[in-house]
Amino acid sequence: MVVIMGFSVLVAVLPLLFILGTLIIRGAGSLNLAFFTALPVPAGETGGGGAHAIVGTLMIVGAACLFGLPVGISAGIYCAEYPGTRLARGTRFLADVMNGTPSIVVGVFAWTWIVATQKNFSGFAGSAALAMLMVPMVMRTTEELITLVPHSLREAALALGYSRWRTSLSVVLRTALPGIVTGVLLAVARIAGETAPLLLTALGSQFMSTRLGEPMAALPLVVFTYATGPYEEWHRLAWATALVLIVVVFLLSVAARLATRQRFDRQG
Amino acid sequence: MTDSATAVADPAAADPAPQAQGPVSALEGRNWGDLAFRGVLTTGALAVPVLMGFLVWELWVGSRLAVDQFGFDFVTASVWDPVAGQFGAVPLIFGTLVSSFLALCIAVPLSLGVAIFLTEFAPTRIRQPIAFVVELLAAIPSVVYGLWGIFVLIPFLRATIFPFLRGLFGFLPFFQGPIYGPSMLSAAVILAIMVMPYIMSVSREVLLAVPPSQREAALALGATRWEAVISAVVPYARSGIIGAVILGLGRALGETMAVTMVIGNRHEIAASLFAPGYTMAAVIANEFTEAATDIHFSALTLVALVLFVVTVLVNAGARILIWRVARGRPEGGRGL
Repeated sequence: MVVIMGFSVLVAVLPLLFILGTLIIRGAGSLNLAFFTALPVPAGETGGGGAHAIVGTLMIVGAACLFGLPVGISAGIYCAEYPGTRLARGTRFLADVMNGTPSIVVGVFAWTWIVATQKNFSGFAGSAALAMLMVPMVMRTTEELITLVPHSLREAALALGYSRWRTSLSVVLRTALPGIVTGVLLAVARIAGETAPLLLTALGSQFMSTRLGEPMAALPLVVFTYATGPYEEWHRLAWATALVLIVVVFLLSVAARLATRQRFDRQG
Repeated sequence: MTDSATAVADPAAADPAPQAQGPVSALEGRNWGDLAFRGVLTTGALAVPVLMGFLVWELWVGSRLAVDQFGFDFVTASVWDPVAGQFGAVPLIFGTLVSSFLALCIAVPLSLGVAIFLTEFAPTRIRQPIAFVVELLAAIPSVVYGLWGIFVLIPFLRATIFPFLRGLFGFLPFFQGPIYGPSMLSAAVILAIMVMPYIMSVSREVLLAVPPSQREAALALGATRWEAVISAVVPYARSGIIGAVILGLGRALGETMAVTMVIGNRHEIAASLFAPGYTMAAVIANEFTEAATDIHFSALTLVALVLFVVTVLVNAGARILIWRVARGRPEGGRGL
């Protein structure tokens, strides 16, 4: 039996190795300076790069953090500070619902809410959709980590005459901060790779666009367009873009795990 | 507190201002910093219900047109023809259910095997690294799975596994017909790889939550380690494991990009798993930006609404089952 289970571990780990292997073999050759600085060339020609997508992803994800982080973190603090209230219970439940909502549904929501009313696709609408995916993740991590902070710390601060809000911000939140940063990094890693909601909102673009009010390119969108397109050259760029995307996502995830591990090592 | 405030207030003064100061706890005093802090936090916490309500409302309003026109026929008709204005979602629902179910058939034994191995048998040193590697699978963006599916997995399946299955089980209707490559079965394989990390990590958490006394009691009665796991640990964690599987189902139902890229995208119900299909999430991704008529948008929004309701129900069921096992552990220990 143990042998069978060892075998299942092998089968479970193999896809990761295969995926990473093919990404590196087929993508690394196309990664050069031009990829990071050049814009796409007309279909059928060789060359070109993904600079527009890199800029697009940075801007869309950055704007999503701008909306998503304050909401997620404050909702998380609320649920940890006032755990018994009806609002906290409702928010916690709905955050779980939100977390399980397929990202394409959130994309449809952002489309009807922003794209349909403004009558044009925009990077901003993409940010709104990604922010919505980010809020429940950030919220739950914030809440869980604040609940882990020992009560004695809070009591000590209150006993010294700190008001409640100063206790929360400068004692409790500060203690939980490394963990919250981890949660935020993981959330960013996840939304950076989201494609489905961006299809309906940011739409994609072949040009460098730095205005959030217009359609924008993003790394996952480029992978999708190029992978499903008919040209060999596009497929080559799709692999290269996917490699960049996955390196970014993995760096964020690994950084996040390392941060947590260090923290727990120090504690015990 | 409100009562005493009313009593103190001069009944002659009609101005309700003294009451408006509100019921501030006597111990806290009137600390404006605290009130402002709570106000900011409450705004953040309110944003979640407001957004979710807004989402349901938008989907509801957006799908009215299709509901009025098709009513219940939407989930019983199987013709999807945007040009003729005919929308029946049966092939989509069929494709979503079949691909997710097949994915679970592949993923569940594997992920349970890994979870049991990691919690019960593996040397302590390698537990963490293996769990980490499997969970990294969850971090890979779904579009990258799709890319890999198109260029690596499908050619591989088409050349080896599919002909093998047809040779072995060709007498069954599921394994007959021409092999295209993009197919229901390819989608199921990709989905299985994608949901495996979720099922594995949740069932691992659940297995870790089983009290050691369960295990020890079985061992003390003379069971081998394997018998102890099968007869004492797994039954104790059963509802949590089912919860983990349902959680994986929720992921599989809503998965969009990878499935869109490998399932073949055809509005058809075929018995053969080698034939292309379609899913609810995939149809939204493919047709939404190209829809030209209001009824087409409305039908797609209705598909989104149905998908949303189904995933909410599935996830709620999963959480209830997981909580039943994981209850009693510290709040932060679930890792979900």
